[in-house]
Amino acid sequence: MATQHSRSAARWMIAPAVFVLLVWMLIPLCMTLYFSFADYRPMRATFEPWIGFDNYVSFLTSSSFLDSVVTTLQMVGGILCITIVGGVLMALLLDKPMFGQGVVRILVIAPFFVMPTVSALVWKNMFFNVDNGLFSYAYSALGLQPFDFLSQAPLFSIIVIVAWQWLPFATLILLTAVQSLDSEQLEAAEMDGAPALSRFRYIILPHLSRAITVVILIQTIFLLSIFAEIFVTTNGAFGTRTLTYLVYQRVLESQNIGLGSAGGIIAVILANIVAIFLMRIVGKNLD
Amino acid sequence: MGRITLEKVQKKFGDVEVIPPLDLEIDDGEFVVFVGPSGCGKSTLLRLIAGLEDVSAGEIRIDGQPATDKPPAKRGLAMVFQSYALYPHMSVRKNIAFPMKMAGMDQEEQDRRIAKAAQALNLTDYLDRRPGQLSGGQRQRVAIGRAIVREPAAFLFDEPLSNLDAALRVGMRLEISELHNTLETTMIYVTHDQVEAMTMADKIVVLRAGVIEQVGSPLELYREPRNVFVAGFIGSPKMNLITGPSAGQHGAQTIGIRPEHLDVVPSGGTFTGTVGVAEHLGSDTFFHVHVDGLEEPMTVRADGEVSLHHGDTIHLEPQPDKIHRFDADGLRMA
Ligand SMILES: Nc1ncnc2c1ncn2[C@@H]1O[C@H](COP(=O)(O)OP(=O)(O)OP(=O)(O)O)[C@@H](O)[C@H]1O
Ligand SMILES: [Mg+2]
Repeated sequence: MATQHSRSAARWMIAPAVFVLLVWMLIPLCMTLYFSFADYRPMRATFEPWIGFDNYVSFLTSSSFLDSVVTTLQMVGGILCITIVGGVLMALLLDKPMFGQGVVRILVIAPFFVMPTVSALVWKNMFFNVDNGLFSYAYSALGLQPFDFLSQAPLFSIIVIVAWQWLPFATLILLTAVQSLDSEQLEAAEMDGAPALSRFRYIILPHLSRAITVVILIQTIFLLSIFAEIFVTTNGAFGTRTLTYLVYQRVLESQNIGLGSAGGIIAVILANIVAIFLMRIVGKNLD
Repeated sequence: MGRITLEKVQKKFGDVEVIPPLDLEIDDGEFVVFVGPSGCGKSTLLRLIAGLEDVSAGEIRIDGQPATDKPPAKRGLAMVFQSYALYPHMSVRKNIAFPMKMAGMDQEEQDRRIAKAAQALNLTDYLDRRPGQLSGGQRQRVAIGRAIVREPAAFLFDEPLSNLDAALRVGMRLEISELHNTLETTMIYVTHDQVEAMTMADKIVVLRAGVIEQVGSPLELYREPRNVFVAGFIGSPKMNLITGPSAGQHGAQTIGIRPEHLDVVPSGGTFTGTVGVAEHLGSDTFFHVHVDGLEEPMTVRADGEVSLHHGDTIHLEPQPDKIHRFDADGLRMA
């Protein structure tokens, strides 16, 4: 009886939260869905509630769509590569006892607390800037021609900025995984004659594989919606227009809300496909 | 071959001296057991021999070759850990093959050795399982298998049976002893269980706070413990250690009488007391006797058929040639 009571009480208590969640998530989604089938261009005062799949067709067939998907994949893939490789190395490094360990760990985690817009601005103006960025000084000091990162290698520059932000996250998760490795296993491997590199390859890396898949999953979900870094640095120019950015341009720059909404729905579907795909991999790894 | 010599080996962690300089000689083919209370430095000593810890001073030689500065892999020793330390993501076969793979042995030889080890350890049916799918005893056997295939100069065991239940422990104890008989390789075995030490060892090394208290065969330690500590540590149930006037009669500070060397007599006897707890094991009965004038209760091992109960009066007579005498420093008197 008591459990039935508490169960119904629990239902009442979580009701407000569920309600807020529904309002928060469902209403925008439904409105997007609704607009995606409409021809809605407020600047031209056009509003036709039902035009079928026209928006979808024109979004999918425009050449910028495929380009943006490729750009998105390149960007997410590049960031994942840097953060995973860097994260594993940092985690192994931070696991070693050293002087001032506590301070170093906090410093490593710090970039995660910097807002995306701020970090993009800092990188743009203090590091990448041709006239007075740190990299330009370094290049001149070495007697080289300063390199304009943001216009010569825009995609790479954005990847570097975002990877810098996400490296702490990967490091943190991987560090806890490294620390959970039974030290006797490493000692056993050492006695079995495995040199340091083999111990990494056969013992540490397999132990980290689960944490690595979790990092990939979480980061991918967040990285698919990178926006501020592109907005602040290149404005989507020079082949840095991701799917998210394309949707933004359609809605706000071309003021075509119907087309943008269709793009948004397509992005949601693609993101879900990626998520399901990743969940499968994680599921396999969590046996 | 597996002669291990320790010379003035010392270990400090920071300022704490865990093992003061000690000498020890382990002969080829010997089964040596390190035994002592928790925290006395048994594991540390074993890890020094394995090379997993660096010595602070002194020298370790294996087969006459200096090994003090050699890395663990180069010492030709294999270790079985208390937690087994199997590689969880590899199958049993891969676990056993790992040391051979690292040594770059060819596949045929690897397969042959795996088959042989699996045969000897009853693991043939489990070769394709992961360690997580095995019982504690099977995991233990995999760990031993991984050690065997390397054909090491000596095996090092660190409390390998402490995670097993009592029945399995007895079984594995026998298996390890049998393995020693067939392989005839040096084995160093760490335990704090004196029964394991007594039953398995050719030679027991009793440690206390990093100091070797006595080295000898199980029966030597049983018959002639060098001091009060060894006397109290070896033997089960523990030796009765008596101080005061009763000891003075024998001209000693402390006398020790093993429970099995006390006879229950109908009347008279050196000690008279009342039975506290009587433990009937069937074959034997252990009486805990409160003797007037002694602080600690005495333990007596009597025949299983002796029927005395709580509160009964009991008369005890020690067997005269089985009394151990110790002086004021706790050392054995001749
Ligand atoms: N890495 C270390 N740093 C500092 N002190 C240590 C370290 N390892 C062990 N010690 C200390 O050395 C002493 C001996 O430890 P050791 O592990 O050898 O004991 P043991 O005899 O194996 O005990 P047990 O039977 O409980 O396993 C202990 O007092 C322990 O606190
Ligand atoms: Mg120990």
